[in-house]
Amino acid sequence: MRAPLSWLKEYVDIPKTISADDIAEGLVRVGFEVEAVEIIGADVVGPVVVGSVLSIEEITEFKKPIRWVSLDCGEKSTRFVICGATNFMVGDLVAVALPGSVLPGGFAIAQRETYGKVSNGMICSSKELALSQDHEGILVLPPQSGKPGDDALKLLETSDVIFDIAVNPDRGYALSMRGIAREIAGSLGLVFEDPASQVALDDFAPTKKGVQVHIDDASAVSVIYIRTFDNFDSQASSPVWMRRRIEKCGMRSISLAVDITNYVMLELGQPLHAFDREKIQGDLHIRRAGKSSSLTTLDGQVRALNSDDLLVADERQPLALAGTMGGRDSEVTTSTRSIALEAARFDPISIARNSRRHKLSSEASRRLERGVDPALAQIASARAGQLFIDLAGANHVGSATSGKSVIAPTVVFDPHFVATFTGAEISSEVVAEKLHVIGCSIEKSSEILWRITPASWRSDLQTPADLVEEVARMVGYDAIPSLLPPRPISPGLTDAQQRRRAIATLLADNGLVEVQTYPFVSDVTMKVLGFQGDRAKTFRLANPMSEDAPNLRVHLIPGLLDAAVRNMSRGARNFGLFEMGSIFRNNVDLPPITNPATDKRPSQKQIDAIYSGVPVQFMHVAGVLVGNSDEAGWQGKSEPYKWTDAIAFAESVLRACNFEWTIERSDFAPWHPGRCAELRVGSNILAHAGELHPRVVAAYGLPERSCAFAVNLSVLPERSIVRGKVLGNLPVAVQDIALIVDSSVSAARVEAALRSGAGELLESIELFDRYDKVGDGKVSLAFTMTFRALDRTLTSAEVSMMRESAAQAAFKQTGAIVRSA
Amino acid sequence: MSSLQDLPLWVSEAKKSIESASTLEELKSARITHSGDKSPIALASRALGSMASDERASVGKVIGDAKSAVAQMIAERTQVLEDQRDARVLLEEVVDITLPATRSHRGGLHPITILKNEINDFFIAQGYSVAEGPELEAEWLNFDALNIPADHPARTMQDTFFVEPLEAHLVLRTHTSPVQIRTMLENQPPIYVICPGRTFRADELDATHTPVFHQVEGLVVDRGITMAHLKGTLDLFARKMFGEEAKTRLRPSFFPFTEPSAEVDVFFNGRWIEWGGCGMVNTKVLAACGIDSDEFSGFAFGMGLERTLMVRHGITDMHDIVEGDLRFSRAFGIGL
Repeated sequence: MRAPLSWLKEYVDIPKTISADDIAEGLVRVGFEVEAVEIIGADVVGPVVVGSVLSIEEITEFKKPIRWVSLDCGEKSTRFVICGATNFMVGDLVAVALPGSVLPGGFAIAQRETYGKVSNGMICSSKELALSQDHEGILVLPPQSGKPGDDALKLLETSDVIFDIAVNPDRGYALSMRGIAREIAGSLGLVFEDPASQVALDDFAPTKKGVQVHIDDASAVSVIYIRTFDNFDSQASSPVWMRRRIEKCGMRSISLAVDITNYVMLELGQPLHAFDREKIQGDLHIRRAGKSSSLTTLDGQVRALNSDDLLVADERQPLALAGTMGGRDSEVTTSTRSIALEAARFDPISIARNSRRHKLSSEASRRLERGVDPALAQIASARAGQLFIDLAGANHVGSATSGKSVIAPTVVFDPHFVATFTGAEISSEVVAEKLHVIGCSIEKSSEILWRITPASWRSDLQTPADLVEEVARMVGYDAIPSLLPPRPISPGLTDAQQRRRAIATLLADNGLVEVQTYPFVSDVTMKVLGFQGDRAKTFRLANPMSEDAPNLRVHLIPGLLDAAVRNMSRGARNFGLFEMGSIFRNNVDLPPITNPATDKRPSQKQIDAIYSGVPVQFMHVAGVLVGNSDEAGWQGKSEPYKWTDAIAFAESVLRACNFEWTIERSDFAPWHPGRCAELRVGSNILAHAGELHPRVVAAYGLPERSCAFAVNLSVLPERSIVRGKVLGNLPVAVQDIALIVDSSVSAARVEAALRSGAGELLESIELFDRYDKVGDGKVSLAFTMTFRALDRTLTSAEVSMMRESAAQAAFKQTGAIVRSA
Repeated sequence: MSSLQDLPLWVSEAKKSIESASTLEELKSARITHSGDKSPIALASRALGSMASDERASVGKVIGDAKSAVAQMIAERTQVLEDQRDARVLLEEVVDITLPATRSHRGGLHPITILKNEINDFFIAQGYSVAEGPELEAEWLNFDALNIPADHPARTMQDTFFVEPLEAHLVLRTHTSPVQIRTMLENQPPIYVICPGRTFRADELDATHTPVFHQVEGLVVDRGITMAHLKGTLDLFARKMFGEEAKTRLRPSFFPFTEPSAEVDVFFNGRWIEWGGCGMVNTKVLAACGIDSDEFSGFAFGMGLERTLMVRHGITDMHDIVEGDLRFSRAFGIGL
């Protein structure tokens, strides 16, 4: 909301000692963010005077039209100037910058020779005087707005201060000079004079004459006034002061009828709409669109109507999208002589829907969807009517009204609650004073029982807490002391939170860099990565940032690949990245949800339904490994990351959690089907790791054999208590065994078989060699088995027996044969 | 056989030859010469056996003294020569210990993670728990329960990502406040929680905005909670984040879920900076969660982690935070 100081001063008595910055600070203190304090016109130095055009001589020998103009500037002699604009006639009043004046941008005006004439000043455009961006010809002043020689800068109120104020959605009343002035007065302790109380209503009492109105849908509007005027002088133009105020507020001056509606809206906060009465058939109706299919709005757009759209219609057709934008067919034009003026307190939600459905946020809808003072429709329409009469010679035919203004209910309130809720010492006297400032009336039943009637424009004041805020902001939040609440003992981080933190630290400590990527992926990415079936089912955004990436990620790898590519394009060659974050799968049927009311806690059944309507979102940690696993250097060549490094990272996560896991090969996108490990604890699949699918690597342009791992942190088994073991300190017996086995048999299976046969005295087993040149589709696997008993030193006979038993188990389970020496 | 009278001479010769030995080899030959089996002292010692017993005792003592004097000299000289040798050899083994030792890549945590950890730890020390919730969230928990009804202008303040089908009423949470609602639905007061997490709003990425960002919110619901408690908590939090000199300022504002509401500014590096929002939990929100506002009151506050990070660390471009450039995260180490 742009608010000119000159206008605000009409309603609040601001002494000279209070600066514009003081006012801005005062507004901030009571909750109005002042985004800018613009000082306008300070760089314009007169004399700029009103001139009357006496004669125009067209000079035609140049490329563009040039006029040689004689002016009466209230001086003894006629003044001659050269002018390049053609939008004025003899008799028009214009603003003339005389030699010696300086226009914005340091543009000094002097007598000069041009086009073979001596030009003695300049006829100004609105832009040249920094009044608006309008540079379509020069500024023609309305007739009778001044006389030759008058100070045009004063007439045009060029010098002013504009406050650009952000108004929060609960304070619709402050989208007006009336509202802002009241806040300034309240904040700075000044006297406020309400412009609404200056409006004379007597001449505008409802009659049966003029256009009549019916509310067809009572939920859509509480009160509406339609006032009919005829004899409107369509030639009358907006007075300079009105135009200037409208422009300073950031709107455009259009025509007198429209300017009056906008002016009153800016002044009081009530949107108004002027219809050309001749174009209305019969009575007006406030109704839903229903079967009405389209409406051409003022901006020329043909709008397809939704059956729920709220309209102002006549007997025949829709005339306006209620509270949002008027229709072109009933627009007032330069030939309009008869006007029906609408002022309504529309239902905010209906207007918000109108506005959202048609992507049309207008000055009117912005106010109406925030809730307009229900007492204003009557007053503002009378105010505008009086201006029609005063400025355009109109005649009030009659007024119709329907519905009645609904004022917010009273609030029962204990004034001491202000102190108990804020923690600040604020007396009942101060509470009463501040509530009066914002327009409330108070009925004191007792010291602790007050009945507060909020002002008509404060329908947001519904609870005692609302009143606390009003008092507190008017007192100032600085009055609130700084204390700490009583606090319980914290249970600390949960196991899962501790694990996530430790795992991230562990990966970072082992050379990976954490990144955080956007969880939006394209259809193409899903395909390239090879996600299929349930793993490809995700949620699609109804309104994505980019149509290229409308899906929620089903995996962390795509984002990491994008980040890897970006880093490579910036010169990185060898690195590992990781991310920890949620993934999304849309693979259960979600029940349709009805959102319950919020006036009380929903039933447990409703709460359960809401909870179960939210899909499970697994927390994953994943990494991609690109290039070499270490830095090349003087110590020797660096090694490329390989599938084992990826598995080692996944294992490091499981190891940190102290799990025992098993590994199997898995064909799992986006990994290489022959080089992907699936890591399980019990039957739970916790992780995948290995080389990325060559197709994926190629699609992203990554180095060949780039690797990746992913661990599902949400399915990690819970932390368990580790039981202490007797360690034993008798000597160990070490036995090596080499086995020949089909290369299709995994080392893990062979190891498991050896374990199962070796008996419980086996302390550890380690693969120390793998030889794949045996031929015949076989490999040789060599293990070191370490045995130890707690109670005795093992004999060589015992150890041989255990080794033999292990070998037999390996043969039985995997077909492995002991390799002869 | 040499004469015992020569014994002092033998000792002084031994001394001369031992002290002049400049290497361990020379010392070895001196030892053989002067204390070996064939040395005069050894030979004299051997001759003792043929002496009469009364003479043997006195002569034996003289020879024994000479023997140990020589042995002592050898031991001392050995020590000196060995030290010299060691010094020489270790000097020869010197390396350039400035050569790069670490071969592994340098890793790092994302600074948002580090900041989140720091905030969690701070509030845990203040008695809070860390509450979390889903990013894809029920519309009711993200809006309705927070007193943001459908069609309220406050909903359009937050450009919300909705997912299809719309009947599922699911949104990418626009703030971490639904975690507060979940906490209040699942627990009875006293409630002291901090809710860090990722949030989403349909803002284009630029130097100061990102559609995917992080918030941390705090919620306290207890008996007798006032705005003064909110202010005290924010003051302490601000000092933790921005140093002991930091101060906060509350400005009246509007949020549907708090009443009264305020913007929190923090004074840092000589100027006031908008930091977040806060207020007393709206009694309507308490009601929707089944908490009796006659008995309990509460406060809530929320800050953007990206904003906090940018202000505190002088980061001027949001792109750095979201693009995953490893040079960016690396600079923050693992936050120790």
